Amino acid sequence: MTQTDLPADLQSRGHDWASPRARANVARRRRSETVLRVVGLGAILLAFLMLGILLWTLISQGSLAFRQTHITLNVPVAAEHVDPADPAKGNYRRVIAAAMSETFPEADTTEQRALSKILSNQAQFVVRDKVVADPGLIGNEVRIRVPVSDPYDQLAKGQVDTTSAAETRRLSDVEIANFRALEEQGLISKPLNWALVTANDSRFPELAGLKGAIVGSAYALLICFLISFPLGIGAAIYLEEFAPRNRLSDVIEVNINNLAAVPSIVFGLLALAVFLGWFGMPRGAPFVGGLTLALMTLPTIIIAARNALKAVPPSIREAALGVGASKQQVVFGHVLPLAMPGILTGTIIGLAQALGETAPLLLIGMNAFVTSTPATPFDASTALPTQIFIWADSPERGFTSRTSAAILVLLGFLVMMNALAIFLRNRFERRW
Amino acid sequence: MIAIAFLMLFLASITGYLVNRQAALAIRSGGTRLHSLAGFHGLYSLLLIMVPALLLILLWLVLQPVVIERMVMNGLPAGTLEGLDSGAVQLIQAEIRSIAGGRVFGTPDPWKLEAAERMNSLQGRAGWLLLTVLTGLMAAALVFSRSRVSAEFRARQGVERIVLGLMLSCAVVAIFVTVGIVLSLVFESLRFFSMVPVTEFLFGTRWEPQMPIRADQVAAEGAFGWIPVLLGTLVITVVAITISVPIGLMSAIYLNEFASTRFRAVAKPILEILAGIPTVVYGFFAILTVAPALRAAGAALGIPVAPNTALAAGGVMAIMLIPFISSFADDALAAVPRSLRDGSLALGATRSETVTKVLFPAAIPGIAGGVLLAVSRAIGETMIVVMAAGLMASMTINPLDSVTTITVQIVTLLVGDTEFDSPKTLAAFALGLMLFLVTLAINILALRIVRKYRELYD
Amino acid sequence: MMNVMTRTEAEVGAGEQIKVEARDVNVFYGDKQAIRDVSVDILDRTVTAFIGPSGCGKSTFLRCINRMNDTIDSSRVSGLITLDGQDIYARDLDPVQLRARVGMVFQKPNPFPKSIYDNVAYGPRIHGLVRDKAETDAVVERALRDAALWDEVRDRLQEPGTSLSGGQQQRLCIARAVATQPEVLLMDEPCSALDPIATAQVEELIDALRQEFSVVIVTHSMQQAARVSQKTAFFHLGNLVEFGDTDDIFTRPKDPRTESYISGRIG
Repeated sequence: MTQTDLPADLQSRGHDWASPRARANVARRRRSETVLRVVGLGAILLAFLMLGILLWTLISQGSLAFRQTHITLNVPVAAEHVDPADPAKGNYRRVIAAAMSETFPEADTTEQRALSKILSNQAQFVVRDKVVADPGLIGNEVRIRVPVSDPYDQLAKGQVDTTSAAETRRLSDVEIANFRALEEQGLISKPLNWALVTANDSRFPELAGLKGAIVGSAYALLICFLISFPLGIGAAIYLEEFAPRNRLSDVIEVNINNLAAVPSIVFGLLALAVFLGWFGMPRGAPFVGGLTLALMTLPTIIIAARNALKAVPPSIREAALGVGASKQQVVFGHVLPLAMPGILTGTIIGLAQALGETAPLLLIGMNAFVTSTPATPFDASTALPTQIFIWADSPERGFTSRTSAAILVLLGFLVMMNALAIFLRNRFERRW
Repeated sequence: MIAIAFLMLFLASITGYLVNRQAALAIRSGGTRLHSLAGFHGLYSLLLIMVPALLLILLWLVLQPVVIERMVMNGLPAGTLEGLDSGAVQLIQAEIRSIAGGRVFGTPDPWKLEAAERMNSLQGRAGWLLLTVLTGLMAAALVFSRSRVSAEFRARQGVERIVLGLMLSCAVVAIFVTVGIVLSLVFESLRFFSMVPVTEFLFGTRWEPQMPIRADQVAAEGAFGWIPVLLGTLVITVVAITISVPIGLMSAIYLNEFASTRFRAVAKPILEILAGIPTVVYGFFAILTVAPALRAAGAALGIPVAPNTALAAGGVMAIMLIPFISSFADDALAAVPRSLRDGSLALGATRSETVTKVLFPAAIPGIAGGVLLAVSRAIGETMIVVMAAGLMASMTINPLDSVTTITVQIVTLLVGDTEFDSPKTLAAFALGLMLFLVTLAINILALRIVRKYRELYD
Repeated sequence: MMNVMTRTEAEVGAGEQIKVEARDVNVFYGDKQAIRDVSVDILDRTVTAFIGPSGCGKSTFLRCINRMNDTIDSSRVSGLITLDGQDIYARDLDPVQLRARVGMVFQKPNPFPKSIYDNVAYGPRIHGLVRDKAETDAVVERALRDAALWDEVRDRLQEPGTSLSGGQQQRLCIARAVATQPEVLLMDEPCSALDPIATAQVEELIDALRQEFSVVIVTHSMQQAARVSQKTAFFHLGNLVEFGDTDDIFTRPKDPRTESYISGRIG
């Protein structure tokens, strides 16, 4: 082994690892090690920071909508405004105006009109309903507690900068003073905003709620589950346990993997063209939404179910086959029950994805302005994510916080579903 | 009516089950040994009744409205629909349907009331017809399956054949979905291309689908060149990928090589949360927080930033993609055999040298597959861009400008009114077809790379 | 145990220099103890074989000598191991440098998915032993010559290392390890994945390497230990049972356990 062109320090065996050059080299390498470590940690912390900002934004905005400013008012129901013979047709707008003028006796007519706007549009209907239920109230006073309208709600929650120039805000100084006067009289309260989940959508942010959207989403998820769960299990069992190794099986296999990665909006186009266009199903119905989501969720469930079936050790199958059970008896009697927790976990995760899916629902018209709760899955309705989309598009300030609140409600449902999936996995998962 | 049909189906199936089981038990108590358990004879009958009946009901449900609608429209007084475009016809259809459903607005024309009445009577008759056909079918199945009961009849095999067929059809549904997607997209796109030449769509550089309202202006307006839309999609995708890939990769490297087990156990699920947040939430985040912040930053630096800059949509999309890329890279790095890691460490390489010089190059195919899937996701992502990107298509690659994307255009063209034969709505299907083809190609490539990579080290 | 020690010390005589010295080494994986109080001296320019039934701790001990056990989170090492009198577990000693001085070859050939050239140049490059292309070329050639692979691959240095046959791959890994000019070469069952012909080549190579390096080889094949080594250590259940000249161990084992192992009664 003659080496002539080697440098001096390589000629002999071994190196001087303590030389300044070697030490400097090690120090340099240690530094680049630290750099990579710091950059990596930085990347993770950056992602966490984004998540933190996102959640903080939603919670700080959304928590505003968990309370709603209400006004408590004694409303005199004068017979001049309401005909006792037909209380439903009374002029309740005037009734409310009268109540406000009683609270602010010195206000003139223009001011009165402004004063009425403190109350939500709903107020007159609240009074009407009470009077219709008990016509004896005519000539007496009704005590109501109703939401205040959005600008005043924002004011009460400190979201209006009262020191800024009057032109830049939606409330004049007089209006603010009026509202402060009401506050001083103790007529303003901020109870928990149950209307957020018990009311339907409305043009007025102070009245808008998610009930219709929640019911719509529930219907859609139910339909989605009813269709995708049996289909998914059937397909998974066939592919995992029975499918012969042939072209058809390969095609199905590749097909399912690709289907799982098709953009969701394409499913929306499919639904629009086929379900609405060819079959003439109703627009905006949770049934159609559920059907579309089922097609999207199907690959997820099939893949999860196949993994769960695969995890059941062959020894179980062999044991059952060994006592003379048929292949199907083995699968339905032994393998499927053991794989069920895994399948359910995958299904719940798939449904959670479906719950947050928006784009295909937009295309089939589940973004309509619907102010009633759907009675059946065939009635037009919104779903939680599409409701969020609608509200996010609305210009009123009150809808910003309500959008955040709606997102928190949606995230709440997602957390519950994922928690259930994790619980199932931890409770029933077996290690073979 | 449907409820009654399902009830009948349920009762008939149970009856079939009991009758056959009873018959089989009777043979056995007569001393003959049965080939199959009595329960299987029952199941055989149950399946034989239920499966065809269920198919019939579903088919009926799908077809009945279409058929009835057609009959009603054809039965309208001659000349009513003459000269109306399909939008107006659809409007009339909808009105008749709502009158038939009991929701009458104003005072409709008498012929509409008549049509609605006809629709209702047809529906009633269709219901009875369904019940009759259903009864006949189920009775036939019942009689046939009862006639099969005998000692030697292999009921278990019969049942298993039916069940196997059912499962196979479940698996085939997945194919039908793909076929349905392709057919519907291609069909509607062909209609679009009959109005707008393919070449104009593929190579045109102007996208102005806002069609004028009056029909005589069609020729004058509307441009359907998808190049600017594609360009916008690519701008946002590039922004999203350039931000998310380094962050996702670095996180994966840290988690894989440097993090303690405990940190990993906490950090991975937190990253996964980012992947589980619905995209509509990201869209809201983009318009509420990110876009104003970018605009303020731009103003502070003296750079003009469009209110719906591609940077906002792309940046927020990047947040969504981080966990996706990170988990793919994590898997790819973890799949590199331990022996390579040991080999490098045993030569005195530091962990960072091992990662950057050995593990990362070895994992590149797996990571590339993941990045490709992320690209396809970014291209197909809808809600973030619908909420945060622009509507106007322009030939720009400046990420500070407002751009539009394929998915944004699909949604804007289709949400609201859907006239099924204006180029405006059909254009959405052409865009959808392109979107489907592009993402499909990327997905197939990515899945192939990933599978090759797995085989390499298995 | 002590008599083993005295014997080895007595043997350290003229010209025989101790390269690695281990004293009372214990290794734990979590709560499990894998190595108990092992003391052994490894001589320079000598092949030392570690034999014993599988799970006896011979590989674990081998991995202590270049601190590869550090890469396993739950492992803990106590006792003293020195290289040329220097404590390799000392706080100020960098395992990264140590591993350049104590090379290692693994059970399964594990060439990096790079070219043959880059595989061999990897170590010298990261340790900054080469300054330019010419130096790298020279180092790579010498390492490949040392590993008796040069003639087979001199024309295909840019082909991937994984394209070689199993035996060639293993010699490539040996070339990769000797490229940094280590003082000790650890081999963890280097022939277990090779066919007999490749095994013979590698064994021949080990014998040649003895001229320059101190070689420690873990093997489950007693024939191999007898063929290539001058010193043999027999491990059993985490204990070092017997250590001495290979000839003595195989012909006149002192411990009954050694005797039953080499006669095939435990294993």
